[in-house]
Amino acid sequence: MSARSPGSGSQLTPYLQVAPLALLILALVGIPIGTVFMLSFWESDGISVYPAFTWQNYHDVLTASVTLSLFANTLKYAAIVLVATVLIGFTCSYFLVFHVRNLKWQIGLFLLCTIPFWTSNVIRMVSWIPFLGREGLFNQMLMQAGLISQPLDILLYSDFAVVLTYIHLFTLFMIVPIFNSMAKINPNLIEAARDAGANPFQILTGIIIPLSKTGIALGSIFVVTLVMGDFFVVRVMSGGQSASVVSAMKNEIDQLFYPQASAMAVLLVLVVVLMVSAILRVVDIRAELAR
Amino acid sequence: MSQSTPTRRGADFYILAAFFGLFVLFLYGPMLMIFILSFQGPTGGLTFPMRGVSTHWFHDLWSSSRYGDLGGAFRRSLILGVMAMLITATVCLFAALGFRRRFWGAGPIFYLSIISLIVPGILLGLGISQLFQILGLRLSWWLSGLGAHLSWTLPFGLLIMFAVLNRFDGSWEEAARDAGAHPWQVLRLVTVPILFPGLIAVALFGFTLSYDEMPRSLLTVGGKNTLPIEISNMTTNVTTPALYAIGTVTSAVSFLVIALAFAGIAIIQRQRSRAKRGKN
Repeated sequence: MSARSPGSGSQLTPYLQVAPLALLILALVGIPIGTVFMLSFWESDGISVYPAFTWQNYHDVLTASVTLSLFANTLKYAAIVLVATVLIGFTCSYFLVFHVRNLKWQIGLFLLCTIPFWTSNVIRMVSWIPFLGREGLFNQMLMQAGLISQPLDILLYSDFAVVLTYIHLFTLFMIVPIFNSMAKINPNLIEAARDAGANPFQILTGIIIPLSKTGIALGSIFVVTLVMGDFFVVRVMSGGQSASVVSAMKNEIDQLFYPQASAMAVLLVLVVVLMVSAILRVVDIRAELAR
Repeated sequence: MSQSTPTRRGADFYILAAFFGLFVLFLYGPMLMIFILSFQGPTGGLTFPMRGVSTHWFHDLWSSSRYGDLGGAFRRSLILGVMAMLITATVCLFAALGFRRRFWGAGPIFYLSIISLIVPGILLGLGISQLFQILGLRLSWWLSGLGAHLSWTLPFGLLIMFAVLNRFDGSWEEAARDAGAHPWQVLRLVTVPILFPGLIAVALFGFTLSYDEMPRSLLTVGGKNTLPIEISNMTTNVTTPALYAIGTVTSAVSFLVIALAFAGIAIIQRQRSRAKRGKN
Protein backbone atom coordinates (compact mmCIF):
# COMPACT_ATOMS: atom_id res chain seq x y z
CA MET A 1 0.00 0.00 0.00
CA SER A 2 1.48 3.30 -1.04
CA ALA A 3 2.30 5.93 1.51
CA ARG A 4 1.01 8.84 -0.57
CA SER A 5 -2.58 9.89 0.07
CA PRO A 6 -4.36 7.99 -2.69
CA GLY A 7 -8.08 8.07 -3.36
CA SER A 8 -10.00 11.26 -3.68
CA GLY A 9 -10.76 14.01 -1.19
CA SER A 10 -13.41 13.08 1.32
CA GLN A 11 -12.67 11.26 4.61
CA LEU A 12 -15.79 9.23 3.88
CA THR A 13 -14.43 7.64 0.69
CA PRO A 14 -12.65 4.63 2.23
CA TYR A 15 -15.76 3.77 4.26
CA LEU A 16 -17.93 3.79 1.16
CA GLN A 17 -15.35 1.75 -0.75
CA VAL A 18 -14.97 -0.90 1.94
CA ALA A 19 -18.65 -1.01 3.00
CA PRO A 20 -19.78 -3.75 0.56
CA LEU A 21 -16.93 -6.06 1.61
CA ALA A 22 -17.45 -5.26 5.29
CA LEU A 23 -21.18 -6.01 5.12
CA LEU A 24 -20.70 -9.24 3.15
CA ILE A 25 -17.90 -10.50 5.40
CA LEU A 26 -19.90 -9.65 8.52
CA ALA A 27 -23.05 -11.35 7.20
CA LEU A 28 -21.29 -14.39 5.71
CA VAL A 29 -18.45 -14.97 8.19
CA GLY A 30 -18.92 -13.02 11.42
CA ILE A 31 -22.59 -13.71 12.09
CA PRO A 32 -22.48 -17.39 10.94
CA ILE A 33 -19.52 -18.09 13.26
CA GLY A 34 -21.46 -16.36 16.03
CA THR A 35 -24.43 -18.58 15.16
CA VAL A 36 -22.34 -21.74 15.52
CA PHE A 37 -21.02 -20.47 18.86
CA MET A 38 -24.56 -19.76 20.07
CA LEU A 39 -25.80 -23.10 18.78
CA SER A 40 -23.14 -24.90 20.81
CA PHE A 41 -25.12 -23.93 23.95
CA TRP A 42 -28.52 -25.00 22.61
CA GLU A 43 -30.34 -28.27 23.18
CA SER A 44 -31.40 -30.82 20.63
CA ASP A 45 -33.31 -34.07 20.56
CA GLY A 46 -32.13 -35.28 17.16
CA ILE A 47 -35.19 -33.80 15.43
CA SER A 48 -35.05 -30.13 16.22
CA VAL A 49 -32.89 -27.65 18.12
CA TYR A 50 -34.12 -25.52 21.02
CA PRO A 51 -32.75 -22.25 22.36
CA ALA A 52 -31.13 -22.82 25.74
CA PHE A 53 -27.96 -22.20 27.65
CA THR A 54 -26.37 -25.49 28.56
CA TRP A 55 -22.80 -26.70 28.89
CA GLN A 56 -24.05 -30.23 28.23
CA ASN A 57 -22.75 -30.32 24.62
CA TYR A 58 -19.25 -29.39 25.71
CA HIS A 59 -19.49 -31.84 28.58
CA ASP A 60 -20.54 -34.60 26.17
CA VAL A 61 -17.76 -33.84 23.71
CA LEU A 62 -15.03 -33.47 26.34
CA THR A 63 -15.94 -36.61 28.28
CA ALA A 64 -16.37 -38.85 25.23
CA SER A 65 -13.32 -41.08 24.92
CA VAL A 66 -13.52 -40.84 21.14
CA THR A 67 -12.85 -37.07 21.19
CA LEU A 68 -9.26 -37.45 22.29
CA SER A 69 -8.51 -40.05 19.63
CA LEU A 70 -10.18 -37.89 16.98
CA PHE A 71 -8.01 -34.93 17.90
CA ALA A 72 -4.92 -37.15 18.13
CA ASN A 73 -5.64 -38.62 14.69
CA THR A 74 -6.23 -35.20 13.15
CA LEU A 75 -3.04 -33.79 14.67
CA LYS A 76 -1.11 -36.84 13.48
CA TYR A 77 -2.26 -36.22 9.89
CA ALA A 78 -1.44 -32.52 10.23
CA ALA A 79 2.06 -33.20 11.58
CA ILE A 80 3.01 -35.76 8.90
CA VAL A 81 1.60 -33.65 6.08
CA LEU A 82 3.28 -30.52 7.44
CA VAL A 83 6.73 -32.13 7.52
CA ALA A 84 6.32 -33.60 4.04
CA THR A 85 4.99 -30.41 2.45
CA VAL A 86 7.70 -28.24 4.04
CA LEU A 87 10.42 -30.55 2.71
CA ILE A 88 8.91 -30.82 -0.78
CA GLY A 89 7.87 -27.17 -0.95
CA PHE A 90 11.26 -25.92 0.24
CA THR A 91 13.19 -28.14 -2.18
CA CYS A 92 11.04 -27.19 -5.18
CA SER A 93 11.17 -23.46 -4.38
CA TYR A 94 14.92 -23.67 -3.81
CA PHE A 95 15.36 -25.27 -7.21
CA LEU A 96 13.15 -22.68 -8.93
CA VAL A 97 14.71 -19.63 -7.28
CA PHE A 98 18.39 -20.54 -7.16
CA HIS A 99 18.88 -23.00 -10.00
CA VAL A 100 16.52 -21.91 -12.79
CA ARG A 101 18.36 -18.92 -14.22
CA ASN A 102 16.02 -17.94 -17.02
CA LEU A 103 13.22 -15.75 -15.64
CA LYS A 104 10.69 -16.99 -18.22
CA TRP A 105 11.39 -20.60 -17.28
CA GLN A 106 11.21 -19.72 -13.60
CA ILE A 107 7.77 -18.12 -13.92
CA GLY A 108 6.56 -20.88 -16.23
CA LEU A 109 7.62 -23.70 -13.89
CA PHE A 110 6.19 -21.81 -10.90
CA LEU A 111 2.83 -21.49 -12.66
CA LEU A 112 3.00 -25.19 -13.50
CA CYS A 113 3.07 -25.86 -9.75
CA THR A 114 0.11 -23.57 -9.06
CA ILE A 115 -2.31 -24.45 -11.88
CA PRO A 116 -3.87 -27.40 -9.99
CA PHE A 117 -5.04 -24.86 -7.38
CA TRP A 118 -7.66 -23.67 -9.87
CA THR A 119 -9.00 -27.16 -10.54
CA SER A 120 -11.26 -29.42 -8.52
CA ASN A 121 -9.89 -30.97 -5.32
CA VAL A 122 -12.52 -33.70 -5.51
CA ILE A 123 -11.27 -34.76 -8.95
CA ARG A 124 -7.64 -34.57 -7.90
CA MET A 125 -8.47 -36.87 -5.00
CA VAL A 126 -10.45 -39.27 -7.18
CA SER A 127 -7.54 -39.48 -9.61
CA TRP A 128 -5.51 -41.49 -7.09
CA ILE A 129 -7.99 -44.37 -7.22
CA PRO A 130 -6.78 -45.95 -10.50
CA PHE A 131 -3.20 -45.63 -9.32
CA LEU A 132 -3.45 -46.96 -5.78
CA GLY A 133 -6.25 -49.53 -6.04
CA ARG A 134 -5.85 -53.28 -5.64
CA GLU A 135 -5.75 -53.62 -9.42
CA GLY A 136 -4.19 -50.20 -9.76
CA LEU A 137 -1.15 -49.18 -11.74
CA PHE A 138 1.21 -49.14 -8.78
CA ASN A 139 0.38 -52.70 -7.73
CA GLN A 140 0.67 -53.84 -11.36
CA MET A 141 4.09 -52.25 -11.64
CA LEU A 142 5.32 -53.79 -8.39
CA MET A 143 4.03 -57.23 -9.41
CA GLN A 144 5.65 -56.99 -12.82
CA ALA A 145 8.93 -55.94 -11.26
CA GLY A 146 8.66 -59.06 -9.11
CA LEU A 147 8.86 -57.07 -5.88
CA ILE A 148 5.57 -58.46 -4.54
CA SER A 149 3.56 -61.55 -5.37
CA GLN A 150 0.25 -60.36 -3.94
CA PRO A 151 -1.27 -56.92 -4.61
CA LEU A 152 -0.89 -54.58 -1.64
CA ASP A 153 -4.16 -53.66 0.05
CA ILE A 154 -2.85 -50.85 2.18
CA LEU A 155 -2.29 -48.46 -0.73
CA LEU A 156 -5.89 -47.33 -1.14
CA TYR A 157 -8.49 -46.88 1.60
CA SER A 158 -5.90 -46.46 4.32
CA ASP A 159 -4.13 -43.78 6.33
CA PHE A 160 -1.40 -43.92 3.72
CA ALA A 161 -3.86 -42.91 0.99
CA VAL A 162 -5.23 -40.10 3.16
CA VAL A 163 -1.79 -38.63 3.85
CA LEU A 164 -0.66 -39.03 0.24
CA THR A 165 -3.78 -37.22 -1.00
CA TYR A 166 -3.27 -34.39 1.49
CA ILE A 167 0.33 -33.96 0.34
CA HIS A 168 -0.84 -34.02 -3.27
CA LEU A 169 -3.57 -31.43 -2.66
CA PHE A 170 -1.79 -29.05 -0.30
CA THR A 171 1.93 -28.88 -1.24
CA LEU A 172 1.27 -25.96 -3.58
CA PHE A 173 0.07 -23.93 -0.58
CA MET A 174 3.62 -24.35 0.74
CA ILE A 175 5.45 -23.72 -2.54
CA VAL A 176 3.82 -20.35 -3.28
CA PRO A 177 4.72 -18.54 -0.01
CA ILE A 178 8.21 -20.11 0.25
CA PHE A 179 8.92 -19.20 -3.37
CA ASN A 180 7.84 -15.62 -2.66
CA SER A 181 10.12 -15.34 0.38
CA MET A 182 13.09 -16.86 -1.43
CA ALA A 183 12.64 -14.67 -4.49
CA LYS A 184 13.04 -11.62 -2.25
CA ILE A 185 16.48 -12.73 -1.01
CA ASN A 186 19.10 -10.38 -2.39
CA PRO A 187 21.55 -12.43 -4.52
CA ASN A 188 24.39 -10.15 -3.40
CA LEU A 189 23.95 -11.53 0.11
CA ILE A 190 24.72 -15.04 -1.11
CA GLU A 191 27.54 -13.74 -3.27
CA ALA A 192 29.04 -11.97 -0.26
CA ALA A 193 28.76 -15.08 1.90
CA ARG A 194 30.45 -17.13 -0.79
CA ASP A 195 33.26 -14.60 -1.10
CA ALA A 196 33.69 -14.74 2.66
CA GLY A 197 34.28 -18.47 2.33
CA ALA A 198 30.89 -19.92 3.30
CA ASN A 199 30.19 -23.37 1.91
CA PRO A 200 26.81 -24.18 0.27
CA PHE A 201 25.52 -25.79 3.47
CA GLN A 202 26.37 -22.70 5.52
CA ILE A 203 24.66 -20.50 2.93
CA LEU A 204 21.59 -22.71 3.17
CA THR A 205 21.35 -22.75 6.96
CA GLY A 206 22.72 -19.28 7.60
CA ILE A 207 20.96 -17.25 4.91
CA ILE A 208 18.32 -19.05 2.89
CA ILE A 209 16.42 -20.89 5.63
CA PRO A 210 16.26 -17.89 8.02
CA LEU A 211 15.12 -15.59 5.21
CA SER A 212 12.48 -18.11 4.06
CA LYS A 213 10.97 -18.33 7.52
CA THR A 214 7.99 -16.13 6.68
CA GLY A 215 7.08 -18.26 3.70
CA ILE A 216 7.45 -21.48 5.66
CA ALA A 217 5.24 -20.04 8.43
CA LEU A 218 2.54 -18.84 6.03
CA GLY A 219 2.56 -22.16 4.19
CA SER A 220 2.38 -24.04 7.50
CA ILE A 221 -0.70 -22.05 8.52
CA PHE A 222 -2.39 -22.93 5.22
CA VAL A 223 -1.47 -26.61 5.38
CA VAL A 224 -2.36 -27.11 9.06
CA THR A 225 -5.74 -25.39 8.72
CA LEU A 226 -6.57 -27.21 5.49
CA VAL A 227 -5.75 -30.64 6.92
CA MET A 228 -7.58 -29.94 10.17
CA GLY A 229 -10.65 -28.63 8.33
CA ASP A 230 -11.02 -31.59 5.98
CA PHE A 231 -13.66 -34.28 6.26
CA PHE A 232 -14.00 -35.48 2.69
CA VAL A 233 -10.54 -36.84 1.92
CA VAL A 234 -10.34 -38.70 5.20
CA ARG A 235 -13.80 -40.18 4.65
CA VAL A 236 -13.29 -41.35 1.07
CA MET A 237 -9.58 -42.20 1.00
CA SER A 238 -9.61 -44.12 4.28
CA GLY A 239 -12.63 -46.05 3.05
CA GLY A 240 -14.47 -44.99 6.21
CA GLN A 241 -11.88 -46.61 8.47
CA SER A 242 -10.37 -43.44 9.88
CA ALA A 243 -11.98 -40.29 11.17
CA SER A 244 -10.92 -36.75 11.88
CA VAL A 245 -12.55 -34.11 14.05
CA VAL A 246 -14.42 -32.57 11.14
CA SER A 247 -15.52 -35.90 9.66
CA ALA A 248 -16.99 -36.81 13.07
CA MET A 249 -18.61 -33.39 13.15
CA LYS A 250 -20.07 -34.03 9.70
CA ASN A 251 -21.60 -37.29 10.98
CA GLU A 252 -23.30 -35.41 13.81
CA ILE A 253 -24.61 -32.84 11.34
CA ASP A 254 -25.99 -35.64 9.15
CA GLN A 255 -27.84 -36.94 12.23
CA LEU A 256 -29.12 -33.39 12.91
CA PHE A 257 -27.19 -33.08 16.18
CA TYR A 258 -26.31 -29.51 15.36
CA PRO A 259 -25.49 -28.32 18.94
CA GLN A 260 -23.06 -31.20 19.54
CA ALA A 261 -21.46 -30.59 16.16
CA SER A 262 -21.18 -26.89 16.99
CA ALA A 263 -19.50 -27.57 20.33
CA MET A 264 -16.98 -29.77 18.56
CA ALA A 265 -16.44 -27.09 15.93
CA VAL A 266 -15.79 -24.45 18.59
CA LEU A 267 -13.21 -26.70 20.27
CA LEU A 268 -11.54 -27.41 16.94
CA VAL A 269 -11.35 -23.73 16.06
CA LEU A 270 -9.79 -23.08 19.48
CA VAL A 271 -7.10 -25.68 18.77
CA VAL A 272 -6.50 -24.28 15.28
CA VAL A 273 -6.26 -20.72 16.60
CA LEU A 274 -3.76 -21.85 19.25
CA MET A 275 -1.63 -23.55 16.60
CA VAL A 276 -1.76 -20.56 14.28
CA SER A 277 -0.80 -18.16 17.06
CA ALA A 278 2.05 -20.49 18.03
CA ILE A 279 3.32 -20.23 14.44
CA LEU A 280 2.84 -16.46 14.50
CA ARG A 281 4.81 -16.30 17.73
CA VAL A 282 7.80 -17.85 16.01
CA VAL A 283 7.58 -15.56 12.98
CA ASP A 284 6.12 -12.06 12.91
CA ILE A 285 4.43 -12.40 9.55
CA ARG A 286 2.99 -8.88 9.46
CA ALA A 287 6.35 -7.24 10.04
CA GLU A 288 8.03 -9.53 7.51
CA LEU A 289 5.40 -9.04 4.81
CA ALA A 290 5.77 -5.27 4.99
CA ARG A 291 9.46 -5.68 4.28
CA MET B 1 16.45 -14.62 -9.12
CA SER B 2 19.34 -16.17 -10.94
CA GLN B 3 22.86 -16.62 -9.77
CA SER B 4 25.10 -13.97 -11.16
CA THR B 5 28.16 -16.15 -11.60
CA PRO B 6 27.96 -18.10 -14.87
CA THR B 7 29.36 -21.27 -13.34
CA ARG B 8 28.87 -24.67 -14.90
CA ARG B 9 25.85 -26.60 -13.62
CA GLY B 10 26.86 -29.06 -10.94
CA ALA B 11 25.44 -32.36 -9.78
CA ASP B 12 23.16 -30.56 -7.33
CA PHE B 13 21.34 -28.91 -10.24
CA TYR B 14 20.53 -32.26 -11.82
CA ILE B 15 19.49 -33.85 -8.53
CA LEU B 16 17.16 -30.93 -7.76
CA ALA B 17 15.82 -30.87 -11.32
CA ALA B 18 15.03 -34.59 -11.06
CA PHE B 19 13.27 -33.99 -7.74
CA PHE B 20 11.26 -31.17 -9.24
CA GLY B 21 10.40 -33.30 -12.26
CA LEU B 22 9.15 -36.07 -9.99
CA PHE B 23 7.04 -33.55 -8.09
CA VAL B 24 5.43 -32.32 -11.31
CA LEU B 25 4.77 -35.93 -12.27
CA PHE B 26 3.21 -36.49 -8.83
CA LEU B 27 1.10 -33.36 -9.34
CA TYR B 28 -0.20 -34.12 -12.82
CA GLY B 29 0.30 -37.88 -13.32
CA PRO B 30 -2.82 -39.09 -11.53
CA MET B 31 -4.99 -36.48 -13.27
CA LEU B 32 -3.60 -37.48 -16.63
CA MET B 33 -4.42 -41.08 -15.81
CA ILE B 34 -8.11 -40.41 -15.22
CA PHE B 35 -8.29 -38.31 -18.40
CA ILE B 36 -7.02 -41.34 -20.33
CA LEU B 37 -9.24 -43.78 -18.44
CA SER B 38 -12.34 -41.70 -19.12
CA PHE B 39 -12.03 -42.81 -22.76
CA GLN B 40 -12.25 -46.45 -21.60
CA GLY B 41 -14.23 -48.81 -23.86
CA PRO B 42 -17.80 -49.76 -22.87
CA THR B 43 -16.64 -52.93 -21.11
CA GLY B 44 -13.66 -51.29 -19.40
CA GLY B 45 -13.29 -50.79 -15.68
CA LEU B 46 -11.89 -48.28 -13.21
CA THR B 47 -8.27 -49.30 -13.76
CA PHE B 48 -5.88 -50.11 -16.58
CA PRO B 49 -5.76 -51.90 -18.98
CA MET B 50 -7.87 -49.96 -21.47
CA ARG B 51 -10.46 -52.18 -23.15
CA GLY B 52 -10.75 -50.21 -26.34
CA VAL B 53 -11.11 -46.49 -26.77
CA SER B 54 -14.52 -44.84 -26.84
CA THR B 55 -16.54 -41.86 -25.72
CA HIS B 56 -19.11 -44.27 -24.28
CA TRP B 57 -18.83 -42.96 -20.72
CA PHE B 58 -19.33 -39.34 -21.78
CA HIS B 59 -22.55 -40.31 -23.58
CA ASP B 60 -23.52 -42.36 -20.56
CA LEU B 61 -23.19 -39.26 -18.35
CA TRP B 62 -25.76 -37.27 -20.31
CA SER B 63 -28.13 -40.04 -21.37
CA SER B 64 -28.37 -42.10 -18.20
CA SER B 65 -30.55 -41.03 -15.29
CA ARG B 66 -28.34 -43.01 -12.89
CA TYR B 67 -26.18 -40.02 -12.10
CA GLY B 68 -28.88 -37.61 -10.97
CA ASP B 69 -29.29 -34.12 -12.34
CA LEU B 70 -25.76 -33.58 -13.68
CA GLY B 71 -26.83 -31.15 -16.41
CA GLY B 72 -28.71 -28.95 -13.95
CA ALA B 73 -25.87 -29.12 -11.42
CA PHE B 74 -23.38 -28.12 -14.12
CA ARG B 75 -25.55 -25.15 -15.14
CA ARG B 76 -25.98 -24.02 -11.52
CA SER B 77 -22.24 -24.25 -10.88
CA LEU B 78 -21.48 -22.15 -13.97
CA ILE B 79 -24.02 -19.47 -12.98
CA LEU B 80 -22.72 -19.43 -9.39
CA GLY B 81 -19.15 -19.18 -10.65
CA VAL B 82 -19.96 -16.19 -12.87
CA MET B 83 -21.91 -14.44 -10.09
CA ALA B 84 -19.13 -15.05 -7.55
CA MET B 85 -16.57 -13.84 -10.09
CA LEU B 86 -18.36 -10.55 -10.83
CA ILE B 87 -19.15 -9.79 -7.18
CA THR B 88 -15.64 -10.74 -6.00
CA ALA B 89 -13.87 -8.62 -8.62
CA THR B 90 -16.07 -5.55 -8.01
CA VAL B 91 -16.24 -5.71 -4.21
CA CYS B 92 -12.54 -6.50 -3.77
CA LEU B 93 -11.42 -3.76 -6.18
CA PHE B 94 -13.21 -1.07 -4.18
CA ALA B 95 -12.32 -2.58 -0.81
CA ALA B 96 -8.61 -2.77 -1.66
CA LEU B 97 -8.69 0.84 -2.93
CA GLY B 98 -10.28 1.84 0.38
CA PHE B 99 -7.71 -0.12 2.41
CA ARG B 100 -4.96 2.15 1.07
CA ARG B 101 -6.02 4.73 3.62
CA ARG B 102 -6.38 4.39 7.36
CA PHE B 103 -9.94 4.03 8.52
CA TRP B 104 -11.78 2.88 11.60
CA GLY B 105 -12.49 -0.86 11.55
CA ALA B 106 -9.83 -1.80 8.98
CA GLY B 107 -8.22 -4.33 11.33
CA PRO B 108 -11.38 -6.27 12.29
CA ILE B 109 -12.57 -6.51 8.67
CA PHE B 110 -9.18 -7.77 7.51
CA TYR B 111 -8.93 -10.34 10.32
CA LEU B 112 -12.49 -11.56 9.79
CA SER B 113 -11.60 -12.14 6.13
CA ILE B 114 -8.54 -14.16 7.13
CA ILE B 115 -10.57 -16.12 9.69
CA SER B 116 -12.92 -17.10 6.88
CA LEU B 117 -9.99 -18.78 5.14
CA ILE B 118 -8.78 -20.76 8.14
CA VAL B 119 -11.99 -22.05 9.73
CA PRO B 120 -13.21 -25.39 8.36
CA GLY B 121 -15.52 -24.78 5.40
CA ILE B 122 -18.22 -27.03 6.76
CA LEU B 123 -18.39 -24.90 9.93
CA LEU B 124 -19.23 -21.80 7.90
CA GLY B 125 -21.73 -23.85 5.91
CA LEU B 126 -23.36 -24.93 9.17
CA GLY B 127 -23.38 -21.35 10.43
CA ILE B 128 -24.91 -19.90 7.28
CA SER B 129 -27.53 -22.63 6.94
CA GLN B 130 -28.55 -22.40 10.61
CA LEU B 131 -28.67 -18.61 10.40
CA PHE B 132 -31.11 -18.95 7.49
CA GLN B 133 -33.18 -21.44 9.51
CA ILE B 134 -33.32 -19.13 12.52
CA LEU B 135 -34.31 -16.18 10.33
CA GLY B 136 -36.98 -18.35 8.70
CA LEU B 137 -35.44 -18.09 5.22
CA ARG B 138 -35.35 -20.93 2.72
CA LEU B 139 -31.98 -22.28 1.64
CA SER B 140 -31.32 -21.87 -2.06
CA TRP B 141 -28.24 -22.29 -4.21
CA TRP B 142 -28.48 -18.75 -5.59
CA LEU B 143 -28.73 -17.01 -2.20
CA SER B 144 -27.36 -19.01 0.74
CA GLY B 145 -25.20 -21.03 -1.65
CA LEU B 146 -23.84 -17.91 -3.31
CA GLY B 147 -23.20 -16.40 0.14
CA ALA B 148 -21.21 -19.45 1.20
CA HIS B 149 -19.13 -19.20 -1.99
CA LEU B 150 -18.48 -15.50 -1.41
CA SER B 151 -17.20 -16.27 2.10
CA TRP B 152 -14.50 -18.26 0.29
CA THR B 153 -13.79 -16.10 -2.78
CA LEU B 154 -13.85 -12.60 -1.20
CA PRO B 155 -10.89 -13.11 1.20
CA PHE B 156 -8.77 -14.56 -1.63
CA GLY B 157 -9.81 -11.72 -3.93
CA LEU B 158 -8.90 -9.17 -1.27
CA LEU B 159 -5.43 -10.66 -0.73
CA ILE B 160 -4.72 -10.77 -4.49
CA MET B 161 -5.97 -7.19 -4.86
CA PHE B 162 -3.60 -6.09 -2.05
CA ALA B 163 -0.70 -7.67 -3.92
CA VAL B 164 -1.80 -5.98 -7.16
CA LEU B 165 -2.14 -2.55 -5.54
CA ASN B 166 1.28 -2.93 -3.92
CA ARG B 167 2.76 -2.38 -7.36
CA PHE B 168 0.31 0.37 -8.33
CA ASP B 169 1.61 3.93 -8.35
CA GLY B 170 -1.01 6.24 -6.85
CA SER B 171 0.52 9.25 -8.58
CA TRP B 172 -1.25 8.26 -11.82
CA GLU B 173 -4.55 8.92 -10.07
CA GLU B 174 -3.23 12.17 -8.63
CA ALA B 175 -2.14 13.34 -12.07
CA ALA B 176 -5.61 12.60 -13.45
CA ARG B 177 -7.24 14.50 -10.58
CA ASP B 178 -4.90 17.44 -11.07
CA ALA B 179 -5.90 17.46 -14.73
CA GLY B 180 -9.49 17.92 -13.56
CA ALA B 181 -10.85 14.38 -13.80
CA HIS B 182 -13.98 13.53 -11.87
CA PRO B 183 -13.54 10.59 -9.36
CA TRP B 184 -15.54 8.29 -11.66
CA GLN B 185 -13.41 9.32 -14.60
CA VAL B 186 -10.25 8.58 -12.61
CA LEU B 187 -11.60 5.14 -11.80
CA ARG B 188 -12.87 4.36 -15.30
CA LEU B 189 -10.06 5.87 -17.36
CA VAL B 190 -6.99 5.45 -15.12
CA THR B 191 -7.29 3.05 -12.17
CA VAL B 192 -9.26 0.20 -13.76
CA PRO B 193 -7.31 0.11 -17.05
CA ILE B 194 -3.97 0.04 -15.22
CA LEU B 195 -5.16 -2.64 -12.77
CA PHE B 196 -6.91 -4.72 -15.42
CA PRO B 197 -4.46 -7.68 -15.50
CA GLY B 198 -4.77 -7.91 -11.72
CA LEU B 199 -8.54 -7.81 -12.00
CA ILE B 200 -8.42 -10.73 -14.43
CA ALA B 201 -6.43 -12.68 -11.83
CA VAL B 202 -9.03 -11.86 -9.15
CA ALA B 203 -11.79 -12.92 -11.53
CA LEU B 204 -9.96 -16.21 -12.21
CA PHE B 205 -9.83 -16.90 -8.48
CA GLY B 206 -13.48 -15.86 -8.07
CA PHE B 207 -14.75 -18.19 -10.75
CA THR B 208 -12.62 -21.27 -10.16
CA LEU B 209 -12.83 -21.23 -6.35
CA SER B 210 -16.62 -20.99 -6.57
CA TYR B 211 -16.91 -23.51 -9.42
CA ASP B 212 -14.98 -26.16 -7.44
CA GLU B 213 -16.25 -25.32 -3.94
CA MET B 214 -17.72 -28.26 -2.04
CA PRO B 215 -17.53 -28.17 1.82
CA ARG B 216 -19.21 -24.77 2.21
CA SER B 217 -21.88 -25.59 -0.38
CA LEU B 218 -22.89 -28.92 1.14
CA LEU B 219 -25.24 -27.53 3.81
CA THR B 220 -26.16 -24.25 2.13
CA VAL B 221 -27.42 -25.04 -1.39
CA GLY B 222 -30.77 -26.43 -0.26
CA GLY B 223 -32.51 -28.98 -2.49
CA LYS B 224 -30.57 -28.39 -5.71
CA ASN B 225 -26.94 -29.50 -5.77
CA THR B 226 -23.93 -27.93 -7.42
CA LEU B 227 -21.61 -29.98 -9.63
CA PRO B 228 -18.86 -30.63 -7.01
CA ILE B 229 -21.51 -31.98 -4.61
CA GLU B 230 -22.91 -34.26 -7.32
CA ILE B 231 -19.39 -35.46 -8.12
CA SER B 232 -18.53 -36.10 -4.49
CA ASN B 233 -21.74 -38.13 -4.17
CA MET B 234 -20.65 -40.09 -7.25
CA THR B 235 -17.27 -40.96 -5.67
CA THR B 236 -19.02 -43.23 -3.20
CA ASN B 237 -21.66 -44.84 -5.41
CA VAL B 238 -20.45 -44.87 -9.01
CA THR B 239 -18.03 -47.63 -9.90
CA THR B 240 -17.73 -47.07 -13.65
CA PRO B 241 -15.41 -44.82 -15.71
CA ALA B 242 -18.34 -42.35 -15.88
CA LEU B 243 -16.80 -40.92 -12.71
CA TYR B 244 -13.61 -40.18 -14.66
CA ALA B 245 -15.61 -38.82 -17.58
CA ILE B 246 -17.26 -36.18 -15.39
CA GLY B 247 -13.82 -35.45 -13.94
CA THR B 248 -12.45 -34.88 -17.43
CA VAL B 249 -15.36 -32.60 -18.34
CA THR B 250 -15.11 -30.43 -15.23
CA SER B 251 -11.30 -30.25 -15.44
CA ALA B 252 -11.59 -29.22 -19.10
CA VAL B 253 -13.83 -26.31 -18.03
CA SER B 254 -11.29 -25.31 -15.35
CA PHE B 255 -8.34 -25.50 -17.75
CA LEU B 256 -10.26 -23.49 -20.36
CA VAL B 257 -10.96 -20.72 -17.83
CA ILE B 258 -7.32 -20.72 -16.64
CA ALA B 259 -6.10 -20.54 -20.26
CA LEU B 260 -8.48 -17.66 -21.05
CA ALA B 261 -7.31 -15.71 -17.99
CA PHE B 262 -3.60 -16.29 -18.73
CA ALA B 263 -4.10 -15.39 -22.41
CA GLY B 264 -5.93 -12.21 -21.44
CA ILE B 265 -3.14 -11.12 -19.11
CA ALA B 266 -0.45 -12.02 -21.66
CA ILE B 267 -2.17 -10.07 -24.46
CA ILE B 268 -2.51 -6.93 -22.32
CA GLN B 269 1.10 -7.12 -21.21
CA ARG B 270 2.33 -7.59 -24.76
CA GLN B 271 0.34 -4.56 -25.90
CA ARG B 272 1.79 -2.53 -23.06
CA SER B 273 5.40 -3.48 -23.76
CA ARG B 274 4.82 -2.72 -27.45
CA ALA B 275 3.33 0.67 -26.58
CA LYS B 276 6.30 1.39 -24.32
CA ARG B 277 8.77 0.45 -27.04
CA GLY B 278 6.86 2.61 -29.53
CA LYS B 279 7.43 5.65 -27.38
CA ASN B 280 11.18 5.20 -27.06
